[in-house]
Amino acid sequence: MIFAIAGRELRSLFLSPLAWSILAVVQLILAYMYLAQIDLFMQLAPRLPTLPAAPGITEIIAVPLLGNAAMILLLVVPLITMRLISDERRNQTLSLLLAAPISMTSIVVGKFVGVMSFLLIMLLMILLMPLALLLGGSLDFGVLAAATLGLFLLLASFAAVGLFMSSLTAQPTIAAISSFGVLLLLWILDWAGNNAAADAGPGNDVLAYLSILRHYEALLKGVFNSADVIYYLLFITLFLVLSIRRLDAERTQY
Amino acid sequence: MSMDSLITVENLYRYYGELCAVHDLCFEVKRGEVLGFLGPNGAGKSTTMRIIGGNLAPSAGRVLINGIDILDRPTLAKAELGYLPESPPLYRDLTVDEYLAYCARINCIPRAQMRAAIDSARERCGLTEVGRRLIANLSKGFQQRVGIAQAIIHSPSVVLLDEPTVGLDPIQIREIRSLIREVANEHSVVLSTHILPEVQSVCDRVQIINRGRLVLNESIKQMRDKLQATTLLIALRNAPSMAELETVDGVASVEAVDGGRLRIAYVPDNDPSDRLVEQAVANGWGLYELTPERMTLEQVFVDITSSDAHGDVESAGDEAA
Repeated sequence: MIFAIAGRELRSLFLSPLAWSILAVVQLILAYMYLAQIDLFMQLAPRLPTLPAAPGITEIIAVPLLGNAAMILLLVVPLITMRLISDERRNQTLSLLLAAPISMTSIVVGKFVGVMSFLLIMLLMILLMPLALLLGGSLDFGVLAAATLGLFLLLASFAAVGLFMSSLTAQPTIAAISSFGVLLLLWILDWAGNNAAADAGPGNDVLAYLSILRHYEALLKGVFNSADVIYYLLFITLFLVLSIRRLDAERTQY
Repeated sequence: MSMDSLITVENLYRYYGELCAVHDLCFEVKRGEVLGFLGPNGAGKSTTMRIIGGNLAPSAGRVLINGIDILDRPTLAKAELGYLPESPPLYRDLTVDEYLAYCARINCIPRAQMRAAIDSARERCGLTEVGRRLIANLSKGFQQRVGIAQAIIHSPSVVLLDEPTVGLDPIQIREIRSLIREVANEHSVVLSTHILPEVQSVCDRVQIINRGRLVLNESIKQMRDKLQATTLLIALRNAPSMAELETVDGVASVEAVDGGRLRIAYVPDNDPSDRLVEQAVANGWGLYELTPERMTLEQVFVDITSSDAHGDVESAGDEAA
């Protein structure tokens, strides 16, 4: 059941030009950034051997690329998730799912899996760029794997927020702008913590800890801390459960 | 509750804020029956259909599908249910075949039987020719058929159709009606509509709902008897006085209508036609026309729904019960 819903979701995405143009634009922008990083590496390359514990191409090219990808996808994921449920509500196709013998959980998880498969395709395409470096050098696969896992979890969190926002409204644009708002807010929560670093109170610590970016940064550095992974898993579960609750409530209040 | 009632609705209430859309609704639908659900716009038909279809939770009351509570065990109950909402839930960017395959999958049809289920639904709804076309490019009548195909694809025991013929041209309406009759051979059907001839031509039983309350619940046969009106229309060349006509046994009242005719209302079960003819011959009234007046469903409908508007709700409701 879940895969039927996920499959249709993925199909609908690719039936509209939106998915294709998003893939193209993201790839284009990241490719430009990738080339800029390679340029930077070429400038640094002569001096690198003189440095103690010098960064390699993974640190100079792959990690910044994935870091930038996170920022761009923060803008892009809401555009992909905006139609998940709001469009069904608008076209009144939601009743098809509600009248079918499937639970709300399957519907929500199915939609989430559908959008995640799309994001996974995007992630693979992004990864092709650092992997291309293997042609002329070697990569630190540990760091790359941690950073990729981080980006994957980050994208899943974005998608979960987007799914929930989409379940709240019948207007895709409202879903997009509000999930973008929530994600950006969760991103910059960190700033309050950083600026007040001198007199860091417990409140600031909490804010910094809640920031969605903070946990990604650790993974980007290649530090695999299970607390960060659990943070994302909890985050995703929370928003999926909220979406299920929201759809259940749809029946009781109009 | 008999084993054979596929839908049981018990004391159903539904409020939208202050507005009470459905008020204390109770009814049953038996196996193999086509129930016509009639009512003016805004009477609560669609709300009731959405509740039975599991799309809306009732404020109070229970709905049992084949004996399974739709709130307690929704997935089990919904497996027995096919629902076509007011606007068919179609994904316009899929082809008919893709859409039906998707519907088959979300309705938990085993993979081995999927092909057969899709083929049979497509054939029964006359969609074989358009299987590879995009739903968005189909005419409204065909889209409606796709909607019906979606509702019967998993051979549910109950099919709910919410105004299936709205917005179609007369030929399409006839086709959809014959399709509904065809569907009714194997499934119980609840058909909501505000088009009266539809009910007369398709349904076994009629329910009229007004302002959220059930005001009439009768089989079409009972309905027909009821439609046997208690008035005669007669025309006489040498009409006697009205008082003289009223003395004929069984005549309750006489009323002149235009065209020189007289409308004679009589006591039910005491048809005075024979006696009127005898008297007319005996007294030389010159009877040249005698027609029993037949009420149409439309009149019954208008009578019931407009009398309710004057606060006559309770008594009408009691009669129906």
